[in-house]
Amino acid sequence: MKLAVTALAISLAGFTMAGAAQAQQITGAGATFPAPVYTKWGEAAKAAIGIELNYQAIGSGGGQNQILNRTVDFGASDAPMDPAKLDSGKLLQFPTVMGAVVVIVNIPGVEPNKLRLPGELLAEIYEGKITKWNDPKIAEANRDVKLPSLAIAPVYRADGSGTTFVYASYLSAVSPTWKDKVGANTSVRWPAGAGAKGNDGVAATVHNTRGGIGYVEFAYAAQNKLTTVQIRNKAGVYVSPTMEAFSAAASNGDWANAKNFAVNLIDQPGEKSWPIVSATFIELPKDPKDPARSANVIKFFDWAYKSGDAAASSLEYIALPEKVKDAVRAAWHAEVKAPDGKPIF
Amino acid sequence: MQQAVAAPARSAARTRRTPHLGDALFAGAARFAGVFVLVLLGAIIVVLALGGLQAFHAFGPFFLISADWDPVQNVYGAAVPIFGTLVTSILALIMAVPLSFGIAVYLTELAPAWVRRPVGTAIELLAAIPSIIYGMWGFFVIVPIMAQWIQPHVIDTFDGIPVLEDLFAGPPFGTGIFTAALILAIMIVPFIAATMRDVFETVPAVYKESAYGIGCTMWEVMRSIVVPYTRTSVVGGIMLGLGRALGETMAVTFVIGNTNRIATSLFGPGNTIASIVALEFPESQAGSLKLSSLLALGFILFVISFIVLAISRLLLRPRLKT
Repeated sequence: MKLAVTALAISLAGFTMAGAAQAQQITGAGATFPAPVYTKWGEAAKAAIGIELNYQAIGSGGGQNQILNRTVDFGASDAPMDPAKLDSGKLLQFPTVMGAVVVIVNIPGVEPNKLRLPGELLAEIYEGKITKWNDPKIAEANRDVKLPSLAIAPVYRADGSGTTFVYASYLSAVSPTWKDKVGANTSVRWPAGAGAKGNDGVAATVHNTRGGIGYVEFAYAAQNKLTTVQIRNKAGVYVSPTMEAFSAAASNGDWANAKNFAVNLIDQPGEKSWPIVSATFIELPKDPKDPARSANVIKFFDWAYKSGDAAASSLEYIALPEKVKDAVRAAWHAEVKAPDGKPIF
Repeated sequence: MQQAVAAPARSAARTRRTPHLGDALFAGAARFAGVFVLVLLGAIIVVLALGGLQAFHAFGPFFLISADWDPVQNVYGAAVPIFGTLVTSILALIMAVPLSFGIAVYLTELAPAWVRRPVGTAIELLAAIPSIIYGMWGFFVIVPIMAQWIQPHVIDTFDGIPVLEDLFAGPPFGTGIFTAALILAIMIVPFIAATMRDVFETVPAVYKESAYGIGCTMWEVMRSIVVPYTRTSVVGGIMLGLGRALGETMAVTFVIGNTNRIATSLFGPGNTIASIVALEFPESQAGSLKLSSLLALGFILFVISFIVLAISRLLLRPRLKT
């Protein structure tokens, strides 16, 4: 089924590329996580600067495959692409927006943002080592919350997803055992629990299962008013998932030293930082076959950097810091060249 | 598109001038269509086999029995999805066959004539419902019922009884092997019931009437006359249902729990070949071992389905001839 969808997406991308000469159309494919904001930017940009974005949310892996094969104008991926592949594929990678992953629970009598969980306990829950909500370790962090003797039912994303990559990266950062035994990828070998498809699947399964715990993108939790929890950050402070906490983490990121802009925003220092934040990326050919189309891609994202922050915030994404946007603009100028060697931005 | 429109027009023009050429063209086109199906089938097998070669090469025969599926370490095995595919399909048959038998007996023996048509049509319509609808219905209706009502009670009831306690254990997610089998059973009932009804109707009335005449009950007529007369065709129909259950993707993906562990409990989550391919495909990069393993899984599913359908054709042949 997905195979057919992917094939359809590829053929659609091919058709639109062939027929787009008259319209200012650009095509992209990849990550599902930023798809809502790209769609919104696309609608606004069509009116503002006359560039129409055709974005196919086929998954980060699919997006990377397609841009390596040059079937689209740009690829999009949640996890930063392997530097060796970026080099061999002659791709420039840059971030667009950031998002946060939050933990949701379904425990009778527990209100949103009341339960406090240190990252190590999250790892132990997903390893199947802690199996009851009234486990002494959880109770110790939650003296003022009444926890029932209920089996913990961990729920995870069954489909390969950037959300899983971010969440597993966080568990790897806080738990050496997790890093050793499981690690981080778009899908991992989960030691315990059950999988559900998509953010909505995870949310619905947690909602249906007494004792359920799951992780979803923040936008999804905010829009559906799910029961989120506080997580302890690197500074040892329990923080609730709020836009301020996400922005704090983003501004603490070490952007200056990140190669290919592949900044690590997981478990950032700072008392206000939410520990599970990540950026999502675009991959653009450095040697475009059709410089005009690539110029339009850059024009589109330049416009989004200038005028798209409000749209991003309204969808619960976090806008990039201004200095990062300027660094990306410098990279566009320096690295994306037309066949005659002239920069196209 | 343009070519496709132009070609018939040209051949039509020629037909008027030289009828023999037109005839030859038509025969050629028909022959091409026939051969095309064969070539297509062969091409699919070859593509799947070639795509999976890397995985078969890397893991050897252990690919079939290894229960590992670890994208981080790049180690893949097919045991869990194969196990899940076979167990859900067989459980589905266990639930669907008696129900289908009941439907077929009711429609051929008991129902008044004016009921037969609407009920028969309803069964055929059930077969036409897209599987995604079954998936959504399963996920939003059946799964909550299982999670909140059925599973907690069953788990509590069997707690402490050996074997049964293990067979019905675990947190009540609502999803899992049992729920998947239940949805599959509902999906394959129309196929099996329709086949059974059709073959039951081929039993000559005189056989049944003679049996009734010597005082047989309806159960005895069904058991000693109808079922023996139609046995091979009934098994063929069941195989047809099994073939559908093996390859079902969307409905199962929604409700099986999608976990790469061999579940010892019927309520435990699992995976089928189709569901793991659907879920992992978008995040598999070209040329990776993961993509190759998924294609290898596709090849294995193809082989399993092929065997099942071949058996079904073989058994249904006597009925199709008459």
